[in-house]
Amino acid sequence: MIIEKNIAQETQCYHCGDDLPNTPYMVDSKSFCCLGCKGVYQLLSNHNLGNYYAYNDVPGQTQKNKASHFEYLDEAAIAANLVDYTDEKVSVITLYIPAIHCSSCIWLLEHLHQINPAVIQSRIDFLKKQVVITFKNQELSLRKLIEILASIGYEPLISLQDVVKKQKSDHSEGHLIRKIAVAGFCFGNVMLLSFPDYFGLSALEQEFRTFFGWLNLAFALPVVFYSGRDYFISAWNNLKNGILNLDFPLALGIAVMFIRSIVEIVGNTGAGFVDTLCGLVFFLLIGKWMQQHTYHHLSFERDYRSYFPVAVTLIEGEKERPLPLNELKVGNRILIRSNEIIPADAILLKGEAEMDFSFVTGESLPVKKVLGEVVYAGGRQLKGAIELEVVKPVSQSYLTQLWNNEAFFGDKTMIRTFADRASKYFSIVLLSIAMGAAAYWMLHDDPSKAVASFTAVLIIACPCALALSSPFTLSAVLSIFDKNKFYLKNTAVVEELARINTFVFDKTGTITNPENTGFTFEGHITAEEKQWVNDLARNSGHPLSRELVKWLNRPAKYTAVKYMEKVGRGISGMINGNELKLGSASFLGLKMKSPTQGAAVHIIINNRYLGFFCSKQQWRSGFKDLIFKLGKDADLHLLSGDQDQDKQTLIPFFPRAQQMHFAQSPQNKLDYIHNLQQSGRKVLMFGDGLNDAGALKQSDLGIAVTDNINNFSPGCDAILDGASFQKIPMFIKQAKDAVKVIHISFGISLTYNAIGLYFAVQGMLSPLIAAVLMPISTITIILFTSIAVRLYAKKNQLL
Amino acid sequence: MNILYLLIGFSILLALIFLAAFFWASKSGQNDDTYTPAVRMLFDDEVQEKIEDIKSDEDHV
Repeated sequence: MIIEKNIAQETQCYHCGDDLPNTPYMVDSKSFCCLGCKGVYQLLSNHNLGNYYAYNDVPGQTQKNKASHFEYLDEAAIAANLVDYTDEKVSVITLYIPAIHCSSCIWLLEHLHQINPAVIQSRIDFLKKQVVITFKNQELSLRKLIEILASIGYEPLISLQDVVKKQKSDHSEGHLIRKIAVAGFCFGNVMLLSFPDYFGLSALEQEFRTFFGWLNLAFALPVVFYSGRDYFISAWNNLKNGILNLDFPLALGIAVMFIRSIVEIVGNTGAGFVDTLCGLVFFLLIGKWMQQHTYHHLSFERDYRSYFPVAVTLIEGEKERPLPLNELKVGNRILIRSNEIIPADAILLKGEAEMDFSFVTGESLPVKKVLGEVVYAGGRQLKGAIELEVVKPVSQSYLTQLWNNEAFFGDKTMIRTFADRASKYFSIVLLSIAMGAAAYWMLHDDPSKAVASFTAVLIIACPCALALSSPFTLSAVLSIFDKNKFYLKNTAVVEELARINTFVFDKTGTITNPENTGFTFEGHITAEEKQWVNDLARNSGHPLSRELVKWLNRPAKYTAVKYMEKVGRGISGMINGNELKLGSASFLGLKMKSPTQGAAVHIIINNRYLGFFCSKQQWRSGFKDLIFKLGKDADLHLLSGDQDQDKQTLIPFFPRAQQMHFAQSPQNKLDYIHNLQQSGRKVLMFGDGLNDAGALKQSDLGIAVTDNINNFSPGCDAILDGASFQKIPMFIKQAKDAVKVIHISFGISLTYNAIGLYFAVQGMLSPLIAAVLMPISTITIILFTSIAVRLYAKKNQLL
Repeated sequence: MNILYLLIGFSILLALIFLAAFFWASKSGQNDDTYTPAVRMLFDDEVQEKIEDIKSDEDHV
């Protein structure tokens, strides 16, 4: 046991758990994969924070690609926007830290005061991945604080959009919970006070009847005017716009129950319907609460602002200063350091630009730019610092101008749910039955029965079970999807998913797996030679080398000596006494054509040419199967921003060539979706990068596919983890089944309504019948929907 | 039987106190984060000397 553990620790970085290089960095007989990890460990152990490593094994995150600059936080205007509260002594700031993932993170971030005593308090909200820090602003500047966080590996994500978002943080959930508490409190007490009446009071106890009645009325007041207020407001607003939604019969039912209870109790003619009323509001609010389920750690509203930095370094003559992004103008010279993002279209003036556009296009292979070339906004500089001149304002860049499109203004057209459509007819039928019953008794000269039956119909047909069937079904579906790493923005998306008949795919990053490039080897190579290639390529930071090592997937065996790297061209070195050269044909002095697809890594061992590794994109696992299943009863389209070199390999998947489109700009994609919708199609768009943002927004349902849900994903209706990509047909089947469940439960609750109506139209509805029928129908619906949805999920292999 | 009036009054008063307590808890943000406090209470306050204890604990397994 102990020995095994030691071995495990020796091949892994003590901080982040990554594989160790051949010569690991050692401190205190612990090994680290890079200087960054070692630095964090030293910092923590110097401040007696070694417990960080005790709560979890390898709790840290790799420190290899970190280089951030926080000079802009010294600008008072920027800092003022970020902090929640500040006075002469202390400041409070809420920061979003994506790296938070385990109990060690909580422990470390709540012991920040041991690193710097100027931190008074730090509290973590684990599920939201947020930390609230109170610090003495005289002794510790905001920039210093953020730098401390970055130095221990917890760099907060600071972006323009998060600044804006904070100001409208919602309190509505708290309000709803309090309304439920009041309704539940009153419901319980009213039940208690109503029971004696139902079981019959002896003559001696009759004096309590009025007392209980008045108490019940008192409990009804907060339920109607506090907890149930929203139903009246919503019904009234919808009525003004000529819409009959489900809130109308609900509000009508609540009002009628309340008034009839007052009349009966004050006039001492009956017990009233207060218990039914309180129960109704209580259950309705619970349904509403179920529907409001939110993912705190996910954001579905992100646009380029949450991805772009808050500020950029401006060069003025010899001086450099941070400039808030919204003050950036055409003609400004800006400095972009390694790992920073280009915020606006700009011309490269100085330095070697190697850009990673993976957030924009999903393509992970870096792109080189030469001096004088225009670099589009959104790329991340990988090499050293570069200087650029801005040629377009931030909001007018090639990428960001997409957000000026009308699709981004106003809300997406509200998804029409089944409940919305059904409630219109329901309300009309309900009102006509009530009127009919009243008219019938009027004709028979029995006005008291007419009033009784009219109100009774409205009370008993109050669509409580109906109103609950959608929220309970859909929230059950949401939690099942959640377990399968498919996160929906809200419950209405499920119903929309069931209606989709056209699927549009982005190529790079969506149907191809950006993390997983495959290689084929042309030529002959032995396993031992592969080992040598592996051990040499391990030393290089070039993406192709890294992919190759990952694909070869074997542990390091030999150490490379005389290692040489010509950046972007190839590497050479001695492995176990053999001379190896890997790289491009020109680097190795070979005269041959490069393969038509993908990049080639040629291999020369001891001056003998063995052949080349050819990289090819790999489809996400299960892609073929997925296309086959979806294609059976829906149209499939492909929209790619790339050139059409992959067209031939895609033809088997998208048989109709006119449905494959290459070299599409973000605007083209948006327009294409719009055209499909014009021809009456319900379009689902799968995308991943910022260039798909327009199409995702325009489509009826936009799904962002991502391999790490904490990473940036563009604004969308749902986020899908790449690992669950092949489950899409099952998700769609499940959504269709959920709609079926809603229909059936509508049927069930209508049956209950019919039973109640049988008593109601005859004017003989007693409070007891109402008090029994309402909870029974509600509980039936809750049980039926949750069980049925789970059974369907089992059938669809989602549970 | 008149004692019932008093008893019911007390029972409602008690229930109201609980409701008020819930409101207070909700307002002061105690329901905002339902996960972190459960983890936080398991941490040891003392930092020094503890490292060795925990490490040796693991080896007993």
